[in-house]
Amino acid sequence: MKKKEVLVLEDLLGSNKKIASEIREKLKAQGILTINFLSSPGAGKTTLLEKMAEILKPDYKMGVIEGDIETERDAERIRAKGIPAWQILTGGACHLEAKMIGKIFPQIPGDLDFLFIENVGNLVCPASYDLGENIRCVLLSIPEGDDKPKKYPKAFTTAQNLIITKADLTPILPFNLDYVQKEALDLNPQLKIFITSALNGQGLKELTEFFISSLHQLRKHHA
Amino acid sequence: MHEISLVANLFEILEQKAKEKKAKKITMVKLQVGTLSGVVPEFLISAFEIYKKETIASEACLKIKKIPFKIKCLKCQQEMIKDDFVLICENCGSRQLKVLAGTELILEKIEMEV
Repeated sequence: MKKKEVLVLEDLLGSNKKIASEIREKLKAQGILTINFLSSPGAGKTTLLEKMAEILKPDYKMGVIEGDIETERDAERIRAKGIPAWQILTGGACHLEAKMIGKIFPQIPGDLDFLFIENVGNLVCPASYDLGENIRCVLLSIPEGDDKPKKYPKAFTTAQNLIITKADLTPILPFNLDYVQKEALDLNPQLKIFITSALNGQGLKELTEFFISSLHQLRKHHA
Repeated sequence: MHEISLVANLFEILEQKAKEKKAKKITMVKLQVGTLSGVVPEFLISAFEIYKKETIASEACLKIKKIPFKIKCLKCQQEMIKDDFVLICENCGSRQLKVLAGTELILEKIEMEV
């Protein structure tokens, strides 16, 4: 018996990154902008998507991949808005992986403008998994508290957008909007921040305009 | 808590490498884990201990080398290690920094019997 040392230097997330890049290339070739929504449970991902559906539906085609541990409830809420939705049930897993998106991929119509992915509600694990998205949005709701960015740094450092949700609650809850923005920008100076409320519509126009201009950018680069 | 899923990825690589090198068994596995990798080293070890049973690495030990979060200021060129992941230069206050290390999740090497 001979002992041997083998140098490997291989990324444990390498296979996920490879599948994610393939998905990104395919979606890009079809001119579809893909957006990954990541947050703790109850931050308002599905409600924001319902609002996006209302605003985008007259002029754009969107679809939603829903990631949940159990139940088809979120997909049903999206379908009720007349938007196609595909439910991924992880059966206990705390995050979506690129290979799960790959399985759904053949069902996604090539004529979409926007593909939203609603990740499993969890501010930790989903941050490690590239799903082939063009834009990663981390959502943080007012009731969660303004101290969260530095407690969950990975989600905030890997996102391009921070969407603060339930902003209508700022008058009644002790949440400092300036402080949370500073904390998030400390971790990620490039982070683009939107302050929104699905209830009174605050910030939704700016957010949709950003997604639309990102879609044009993607198509211009690919043309 | 995605450490189990990562350990499953690790074993895919281990089995492939063992086959390639015609190993009889794997005796040691060494990982590089960055402080901003999003995983807890202790959980990786627990997951590894559960997963290794009845595999080619059933007697292997898992070693983890922690990699600190290291950044470099693009303005004053200063390099620094940050425990808080804040991207502000301690020397000149610039916000233009480059991440040099600390996000790794890498299988560095394997020790095997052939």
